Amino acid sequence: MSAEVKSVNNHILPHGELDGFIRKLSKKMKVVAPVAKEAGNFAFQEVSGASEIALKYVPTVLPPKKYFMPQREKMLDFDLTGAQPSDKAVIDAPELAVFGAHTCDLAGIQCLNMVFSERPRDYNYLLRKEKIFLIGMECNDYCDENASCALVNSHMPSGGYDLFFTDLGDRFMVHVNTQKAEEIVEEMGLAKASPADLAALDKVRERKRSVFRNEIGVDPRKLPEAFAKGEKSKVWEDLGARCVSCGNCTNVCPTCYCFDMADNVDLNMKTGSRNRTWDSCQFETFASVAGGENFREARSERQRHRYYRKFKYPLDKFYRFFCTGCGRCTRTCMARINLKETLKGLAKETV
Amino acid sequence: MTEEIKNSNWRLRKGKIIAAKQMTAAEKWFDIRLEDGSLDHEPGQFVQVELYGVGEAPISVCSSPTKRGSFELTVRAAGRMTNAMHKLDVGDYLGIRGPFGRPFPVKVMAGSDLLFVAGGLGIAPLRSLINYVIDNRKDYGKVDILLGCRTPSDMLFGSEIGAWQKRLDVNFLCTVDRGAPDWRGNVGLITTLIPGVTIQPERTFAVVVGPPVMYKFVIAELLKKNVPERQIVLSLERHMKCGMGKCGHCQIDHPKNYYCCKDGPTFTYDEVKASKKL
Ligand SMILES: Cc1cc2nc3c(=O)[nH]c(=O)nc-3n(C[C@H](O)[C@H](O)[C@H](O)COP(=O)(O)OP(=O)(O)OC[C@H]3O[C@@H](n4cnc5c(N)ncnc54)[C@H](O)[C@@H]3O)c2cc1C
Ligand code: SF4
Ligand code: SF4
Ligand code: FES
Repeated sequence: MSAEVKSVNNHILPHGELDGFIRKLSKKMKVVAPVAKEAGNFAFQEVSGASEIALKYVPTVLPPKKYFMPQREKMLDFDLTGAQPSDKAVIDAPELAVFGAHTCDLAGIQCLNMVFSERPRDYNYLLRKEKIFLIGMECNDYCDENASCALVNSHMPSGGYDLFFTDLGDRFMVHVNTQKAEEIVEEMGLAKASPADLAALDKVRERKRSVFRNEIGVDPRKLPEAFAKGEKSKVWEDLGARCVSCGNCTNVCPTCYCFDMADNVDLNMKTGSRNRTWDSCQFETFASVAGGENFREARSERQRHRYYRKFKYPLDKFYRFFCTGCGRCTRTCMARINLKETLKGLAKETV
Repeated sequence: MTEEIKNSNWRLRKGKIIAAKQMTAAEKWFDIRLEDGSLDHEPGQFVQVELYGVGEAPISVCSSPTKRGSFELTVRAAGRMTNAMHKLDVGDYLGIRGPFGRPFPVKVMAGSDLLFVAGGLGIAPLRSLINYVIDNRKDYGKVDILLGCRTPSDMLFGSEIGAWQKRLDVNFLCTVDRGAPDWRGNVGLITTLIPGVTIQPERTFAVVVGPPVMYKFVIAELLKKNVPERQIVLSLERHMKCGMGKCGHCQIDHPKNYYCCKDGPTFTYDEVKASKKL
């Protein structure tokens, strides 16, 4: 592709102008971005200027999935007073810009998009997604040793965003991917990228290719075989013996979407709502039924299930892994269950 | 607020209870009419029943689609929602979503002999199919119905079963785990009834619904009788929160990644025999 063609969708934002960009954007819609919190943690939250934003950050405790699929989401409002109860469908889908999502998290959102646009479609998700303006941010280096994004090839951008920022030292390369993004970039008056800018981008990517290497030393093409053979592997027993079923690993995972539905009645006992909340396959009763059977009673079965939901089932159904290598499950686990080590152990035993 | 949200699969249709009856100490039966039309279900499908302010539960439709104007449910008091549902009576309203799930293969089974095996509450989904078959009797070959329950007082649909017993075009057998002083029928597990029925295995579909423990033993008996694996039809139970293949609860541990709510709840034995538990 010639530099001429490539530059059509590439613009430049000098570092010094990021603050103006965020301020202008936040006049249009709410802007959320990674912000430094205590103990070296980061969280997506509302910002109004660039100084609040952590441009280099270890993946936030909760991924941006919290905006696409809120931890608790009201689906119906009830009125229990009349001769017969009535209900009304509700949705809270605000106009929102998510700034600074890493490529692993963009991949996570792409996974959720697949799940919720599969029929029957989930319009609550899809309408919320429509309202979110997604701005990605490239990682030029690893965030930490827990990441395994190169293994699953989510360290490089591959769509799924409106705008994508790459830091070129004193300026950002801004890739424009949608019509909506194009309009915003035009309005903000971002300059077109020059051939020198594009060359600088190529250099960043080239360097990345030498930095980001398969983190577990196992060919990802071997993983399907490892999982096909690994149903009875000892790694699941080992994980089961350590896991405390807290469900943190699934909560923080950008591709975990299992949910619970529950009713809540307001204090007045006259109104209430039906709500969707995040659930976890790690909880003991997740797969239990009224007859007394629990289909995944042992922790080892539940851990195994979590891994198969990342590396086996979605491969058959959506032709991709549902792990983006973000490393959150490893970072959060108090039992020190480590995704990279688990995969290495499984591969060693099976392939 | 858009039309999509209003008309999504989360939309509740309002159902009015037009008849209700306590069948046993634990089970209550309801006849429900939808305010906005018919349920349009097939035998073997289920609905998500919402008790406004309490919650939702998946319940099998136990009436045949050949019965028009309303549909029936039989609910065992098993927990929070189902206990609260037992307090409802004629004139009360419920929210209904569905019907969901893959029905029993009524068209594939047409022309074949049928052997129904029901254990406990399994008679609820099977009753939908049995009444459908009786209403379309000429489309099917020989029909045997085997029913098992714990004690005579646990027996559901007593008067209807009496009618099946009297029919000349179906063969009905029933057994209880524990008898009672006035019980003159069979005593023993349902598996003890199977050796006694004469079937032509290659032209027979066996439809089996009951608790997971029952499947193992009943299937073993059927295989002994040479019923082909793909002619053994089951209905599986899993925890269900959506009915749309999304919430993840009902996934079956099987290489094929089945969602019980969408790919099932009915399966042939050869489809699910690779799963850890049935
Ligand atoms: C396809 C299908 C058809 C069914 N048909 C019937 C029927 O015709 N009649 C009938 O009485 N029951 C039926 N059930 C079982 C019924 O759904 C459960 O008894 C009911 O969900 C329990 O809800 P609860 O609030 O009363 O129980 P809870 O107080 O929530 O819990 C009691 C027990 O029920 C289990 N349970 C809770 N929620 C669910 C759920 N959503 N799905 C499955 N199990 C759950 C719990 O793990 C626990 O073991 C069916 C279940 C399925 C999956
Ligand atoms: S975070 Fe760790 S301890 Fe908690 S459920 Fe996940 S694997 Fe188990
Ligand atoms: S499984 Fe772990 S590393 Fe993979 S996407 Fe989920 S949280 Fe990230
Ligand atoms: S009930 Fe939610 S996936 Fe089947």
